[in-house]
Amino acid sequence: MAKAALTDVSITIDDGEFVGLIGHTGSGKSTLIQHFNGLLLPTKGRVFVDGVDLTNRETKLRMIRQKVGMVFQYPEHQLFGETILEDVGFGPRNMGLSEAEVITRVKDALALVGFDYEAVKDRSPFELSGGQRRRVAIAGVLAMRPSVLILDEPTAGLDPEGREEILDEIKALHHKWGITVILVTHSMEDVARLVDRIVVMEKGTIALDGTPVEVFREVERLEAMGLGVPQITELMHELKKHGLHVNTDILSVEQAEEEIIRVLELRDHGNV
Amino acid sequence: MAMFKNITIGQYIPGSSIIHRLDPRTKILSTMFLIISLFLVDSFWGYGLIGLGIILVIRASEIPWKFVLRGLKPLFVILLLTVSLHLFMTEGEPIFQIWFLKVTREGVIRGLMMGFRLILLVVGTSLLTLTTSPINLTDGIESLLKPGKKIGIPAHELAMMMTIALRFIPTLLEETEKIMKAQMARGADFQSGGIIQRAKSLIPLLVPLFVNAFRRADDLAVAMEARGYRGGEGRTKFRELHFSKIDVIAIAIVAVSSVVVSILF
Repeated sequence: MAKAALTDVSITIDDGEFVGLIGHTGSGKSTLIQHFNGLLLPTKGRVFVDGVDLTNRETKLRMIRQKVGMVFQYPEHQLFGETILEDVGFGPRNMGLSEAEVITRVKDALALVGFDYEAVKDRSPFELSGGQRRRVAIAGVLAMRPSVLILDEPTAGLDPEGREEILDEIKALHHKWGITVILVTHSMEDVARLVDRIVVMEKGTIALDGTPVEVFREVERLEAMGLGVPQITELMHELKKHGLHVNTDILSVEQAEEEIIRVLELRDHGNV
Repeated sequence: MAMFKNITIGQYIPGSSIIHRLDPRTKILSTMFLIISLFLVDSFWGYGLIGLGIILVIRASEIPWKFVLRGLKPLFVILLLTVSLHLFMTEGEPIFQIWFLKVTREGVIRGLMMGFRLILLVVGTSLLTLTTSPINLTDGIESLLKPGKKIGIPAHELAMMMTIALRFIPTLLEETEKIMKAQMARGADFQSGGIIQRAKSLIPLLVPLFVNAFRRADDLAVAMEARGYRGGEGRTKFRELHFSKIDVIAIAIVAVSSVVVSILF
């Protein structure tokens, strides 16, 4: 028998949450997210989306997949349309929507990822740069207007500018639309900056689950798993080790600045 | 979505039997002798003897019977069709008749012979792929084609193409599965609808697959050049093929017995 890819995973994700899923390569992240829209079905156990049991044979998985949008790794490798309109419209067309509705959705989805519909609709997706192509591919998923969006390493292989753009767009989607976002990533910085909750996978099971502050307290455990904490959090831990009594629950440079100034002033004050 | 997991590329079963250790060229040449004699032989005695030879080789190769016979499974329909065509369509002395289907004595003989010929052909050739790794096989083919260079057969290029193709089959299968999943996540349906609908639904799968294959081919070409590849001229080999004494004996046995069987039967 093959080894089980996931064992004893129990997780509930609420509406409107922004969840970061991290874990070492081969820890089961990709396998787990594919259960969320029924691309994979568990051999044992059950998966519910809005109260609908995906393991039930009667369940129309296509309906679930419209609700739970999934952006795979390197989504630009899945582009196929002759024009951007055709490619982004693929999902909505599969939903059986009217042509007018398809166009509205394509327009909206392209706007969300920073494209002007009129300017790009007739262009081939293959003319675009790598980062642009990826945004078009993401628009292809957004055009289905999912209420949950799963992104598997959406910034892998992009330059810093492309990363920022994509992450900002995801953040905006979460804030404006209230979409539930599940972000799989290797970047602790991205997670620290964006998400409300972090789930850490290890060897096919959930190792840690909590707010970024809670999870990044477990520096040693994370490092034992081959993961780390954001650089700035690590810095604070190092400062503490060297005798500066700072609060280590820090996730951004701004917070770190404040905290260090606070502690230094306190120390100087004590010395006076 | 585990549909691609159980496809095995080639059917090589590693082993250390005498057949495994033979030079791939010996095995390729022997298989060619086998094929030629199978088409020359025209009697049950001949097929019986060739079959006996093949059974001996299977025993020597230590390959379990079920693997050898598994190769016949996809052939079943063709086998059935061939045998029945010969059975019913051959003119001659009638044995019995069902409605308009007339079975003749000659038909029975023809049909059975064709059946044996096909079975032996498949079992014999699959012995080659069962006991020879794809890499060895291409090395063997390259080496055998080398004399053809003078008449313009690009032996090395052909072998390199085969090696690369074999190498990328699993990669492409994995990629196919990935793209299928991605399009399914966008509501694509690959399973239902009529023939035209299904063919159409393959476009979102095939276009990215080809685009990626070309991209990958380009990358591979650059990577090979970066490592100094410039064709077969003057290229040395990591695995050199050697004809040993056993190879000479094996080839001699196969050659003599196939000539004898072909002439006598």
